[in-house]
Amino acid sequence: MLRFLATRLARALITIVMVVTFAFVVLRLSGDPALLIMSVDAPPEAIAAFRASWGLDDPLWQQYLKYFTAILHGDLGRSMRDGRDAIALVAERIPATLALTLPALAIKLSIGIPSGIYAALHRNSLTDRVVMGLAVLGFTVPSFVLGLLLVLVFAVQLGWLPSGGQDSWRHAILPVITLGAGGAAVLARFTRSAMLEVLGQPYIRTASAKGVPWRAVVRNHALPNAAIPTVTIIGFMVGSLIAGAVVVESVFSWPGVGRLLVVAVANRDLAVVQCILLLVAGTMVASNLVVDLLYGALDPRLRQARAGGAA
Amino acid sequence: MSDATLPAVAAAPRFRLNLPLGVAIGVSWILLMLAVAVLADVISPYAYTALDLRNRLSPPVGMGGVWAHPLGTDELGRDVLSRLIYSIRMSLLIAFGATIIGAVFGTTMGFLAAHFRGWVEQAVLALVDFSASLPFLILALAVLAFFGNSLSLFIVLLGFHAWERYARIARGLAISAGAQGYAAAVRQLGAGPLRVYGRHILPNIASTLIVSMTLAFPEIILLESGLSFLGLGVQPPSTSLGNMVGYGREYLTRAPWILLAPAFTIITTTLAVSMVGDWLRDRLDPTLR
Repeated sequence: MLRFLATRLARALITIVMVVTFAFVVLRLSGDPALLIMSVDAPPEAIAAFRASWGLDDPLWQQYLKYFTAILHGDLGRSMRDGRDAIALVAERIPATLALTLPALAIKLSIGIPSGIYAALHRNSLTDRVVMGLAVLGFTVPSFVLGLLLVLVFAVQLGWLPSGGQDSWRHAILPVITLGAGGAAVLARFTRSAMLEVLGQPYIRTASAKGVPWRAVVRNHALPNAAIPTVTIIGFMVGSLIAGAVVVESVFSWPGVGRLLVVAVANRDLAVVQCILLLVAGTMVASNLVVDLLYGALDPRLRQARAGGAA
Repeated sequence: MSDATLPAVAAAPRFRLNLPLGVAIGVSWILLMLAVAVLADVISPYAYTALDLRNRLSPPVGMGGVWAHPLGTDELGRDVLSRLIYSIRMSLLIAFGATIIGAVFGTTMGFLAAHFRGWVEQAVLALVDFSASLPFLILALAVLAFFGNSLSLFIVLLGFHAWERYARIARGLAISAGAQGYAAAVRQLGAGPLRVYGRHILPNIASTLIVSMTLAFPEIILLESGLSFLGLGVQPPSTSLGNMVGYGREYLTRAPWILLAPAFTIITTTLAVSMVGDWLRDRLDPTLR
């Protein structure tokens, strides 16, 4: 188990290093940072001074090391817009985003998983078709279209709910529904196919054949096995709690991390973009790591295979 | 070789297209969209930038509009139908370009990993893990922030969406194909790796790759329209479906038709392609999920 943990941790670290390297390479490829940050008509002496102070004249590998140590020290630079610390700027937006993504995650799980399981257990029934039809629709309707349609109906036509902003909990209803509906559709589809796969396995037939009641077969044999692939996609959803609402936040002018990212990209505020990139990568890698550990708990085969060195 | 000797007529009745109704509708819709994209210059009533200042925000026919602008006009009096036609062309062009780039790049990487094994394979797999572990939208936004925007960069960027899926599939299938007799046989006959992979292994795994492409295609349409909606994709004066929705949003209360026409097109097109893709997957490759 310890070895399993160690390899997973190493892989997580490698991914983080790759993201940092990606940011460094892309930043350097995109042109001379001195010219990007200072205006093009800045005096040459000022540019030279800037280059010296940021170490831009050093060999590339030294720059990379410097960049890396700065990040390890938590120094992600300052926003080029208002000179504030990029981390602080991003951090103060996180609660607003979580206020949308956490309830949306609850909706996804509470609707997506039960309906997927139900659809699989009643395959080809009317309910199955309706659920799957809705699920396909949920996947093909982009979130900004769904969001705007909801605004059109509930804010413009009926006038029940506000169309954007962040003044009260009522403002969160439409964005949460928009986010939750799409995710629930994905999850329902995924859960259904995972369940169907498991229900077709010989051990299910064996269990039924030896007289285990169907409910017990489902509860003790089908569900735990179907949970294994489903956990992966839930992990992905948890990992995108921070930045999974980029489009929806923009539709509803919700001041979260996603909105900040879009504005930062439009303004080419590289420090903020890079900070969000690392934050997203960090949460994603962390949740993948948890998923891997859960795999070990859910699936004893994996644990033994790794422990035996037969990976 | 023997095809020439078979009478073509005898083969015809055996080949019955047994399409479910939904898939048939999907295929027809896709063909219609392709025709619109190809014939955009011919069928579009106006240029997509042409202004008609006397008919600004004119509603569609049936909501009090005029036949000169069947789907109405936008805030500058530009014909919504014409803009829709050119947007379909732009969005399909991007989606096709990006899907092909992703498939070619991913498959090549997968073949390289399968052929060289060793550290090349490890490097490819590490890259695959890397792309699979980050939401692509965030990665795309970061690249757009660093490099700025241009149409060709945008298409190449979207091409990297889902490349890791092709790489995984191509690597797995190429490794198992390499162990089979036919690959060993052509290799023994002196064929170089290019010939072995291009002429022998690729045709054998093509059906799986094509299914992956039909599954990735609607995702790319959604990504493109999402980014364009945010104002970070296709830039004006060019127009794409997401772009139209983004601009129409300003007129949501006064002129919802500006937004509804492209929104409807996005939904129907992605729906059609995914239905056809699902059906193809079930027919050609039940192992893919």
